Amino acid sequence: MDLIPIIVVVVFFQSVVIRQPFPQIGEVIFGFLFVIVGLMLFIEGLEIGLFPIGESMAYALAKKGSLVWLLIFSFVLGFSTTIAEPALIAVAKEATVISSSAGLIESDEKTMYNYAMGLRLTVAVSVGLAIVIGVLRILKGWPLYYLIIGGYILVMLMTIIAPKEIIGLAYDAGGITTSTITVPLVTALGVGLATVIKGRSPLTDGFGLIAFASLLPMIFVMLYGLFWF
Amino acid sequence: MIDFVMDFVLVLFATLRDVLPILVVIIFFQIVVLKQPIPHLKKVILGGVYVIIGLALFLMGLEKALFPVGQIMATQLSDPEFLGTTLGGPSDWRSYYWIYIFAALIGFSTTIAEPSLIAVAIKADEVSAGTISQIGLRVTVALGVAFALALGTFRIVTGTSLFVYIMAGYIIVIIQTFFAPKKLIALAYDSGGVTTSTVTVPLVAALGLGLSSSVPGRNPAIDGFGLIAFASLFPIITVLGFAQIMELKTRLFKIKIKKDEI
Repeated sequence: MDLIPIIVVVVFFQSVVIRQPFPQIGEVIFGFLFVIVGLMLFIEGLEIGLFPIGESMAYALAKKGSLVWLLIFSFVLGFSTTIAEPALIAVAKEATVISSSAGLIESDEKTMYNYAMGLRLTVAVSVGLAIVIGVLRILKGWPLYYLIIGGYILVMLMTIIAPKEIIGLAYDAGGITTSTITVPLVTALGVGLATVIKGRSPLTDGFGLIAFASLLPMIFVMLYGLFWF
Repeated sequence: MIDFVMDFVLVLFATLRDVLPILVVIIFFQIVVLKQPIPHLKKVILGGVYVIIGLALFLMGLEKALFPVGQIMATQLSDPEFLGTTLGGPSDWRSYYWIYIFAALIGFSTTIAEPSLIAVAIKADEVSAGTISQIGLRVTVALGVAFALALGTFRIVTGTSLFVYIMAGYIIVIIQTFFAPKKLIALAYDSGGVTTSTVTVPLVAALGLGLSSSVPGRNPAIDGFGLIAFASLFPIITVLGFAQIMELKTRLFKIKIKKDEI
């Protein structure tokens, strides 16, 4: 069901527009079957595993009443899932190669390693902080839009002063930080917290953690660029 | 068949490695900080296993089926021979119309299948008691991504500055935020972040890099970027827009009720 649009698009373009024989049709059909079964299992697993664990941890941490532990948990969750994110590792590597060939950083191995590692750490710290700010917002009931609009204005200002070479990377860094396993967990955490805390609505206050996690890395990566170049 | 099994085992290990940090964090907090057993432990473990196996199958299927096809199609469509040079030279943006259509359609269809978006849509449906339907949110977000990719490929073809588009997008979002119903703002912002993960990013990256290397005068290192940024911005606009339309409908209804009260 979820894949019908993709199949329609691919078949339409192959048969009507490009009019070339389909490459390895057997393998493609086989692959689609995998995708369908995988997606079904994933959704089932969300409902019985990831959502309940995220929510029960939110309840337990809120009941424990220790703000410090809740914030530490938020930071560690954001940091640890991002530092190991394969998409981020790939992008950091690519960005290092581009920067060194453009002569922005020294092209010896040590500098390049430091640069790539620094980039990953910067993004991971910023996601950790983003979840912390997001959780604090849920606790205090701050309206999300002030923070996000403030963030946008900061991004715009940073764009003006940041080195040109880092901007494209910084913008894309916002999009790649939130992986498929982090999103359900973080969403369940936010909605769970907003459900237990009196005076918060799960809909208005529970969402928004991911928004921070996509915004803060942009600001931090541009700062990182300012620091290096 | 053996190839498939080998591939699957490799992808499974990669997925496990990605999940490991989360697992460590959860176990540490349960045992050391919360000092209590996880409720419904067996079910949660089963769910975790489903998620990992499901994701591994999903990723492997994508690698076998969708990515090669998507990449081949992106290169074929941006091939100068296919485009033809009838419309005033190869750099005329009008001759790339199939690219825009393809970008929009592939953006829409991959977003519908995006697992992260499905997760958020399930939660939103649950929390709003069905007012925000799962499929409704997914279609709205997918329309945003479709528009974003069509505009993003147009930007690559014309070589205009990424900065200007992003600024304009932000300003639209800020203006919309003032007028949109406060209840749905958080969800709208979140929809921007979830569109670009497992399915969309690799395809979109291939499209951006393929296109910027075949359009004359474009540099993949500079112009290839930015499609992902577009795809995380425009869904916010469509979801906020959708929320505004819904709000308008209910406001008309509320005015009626207020009159009755007076």
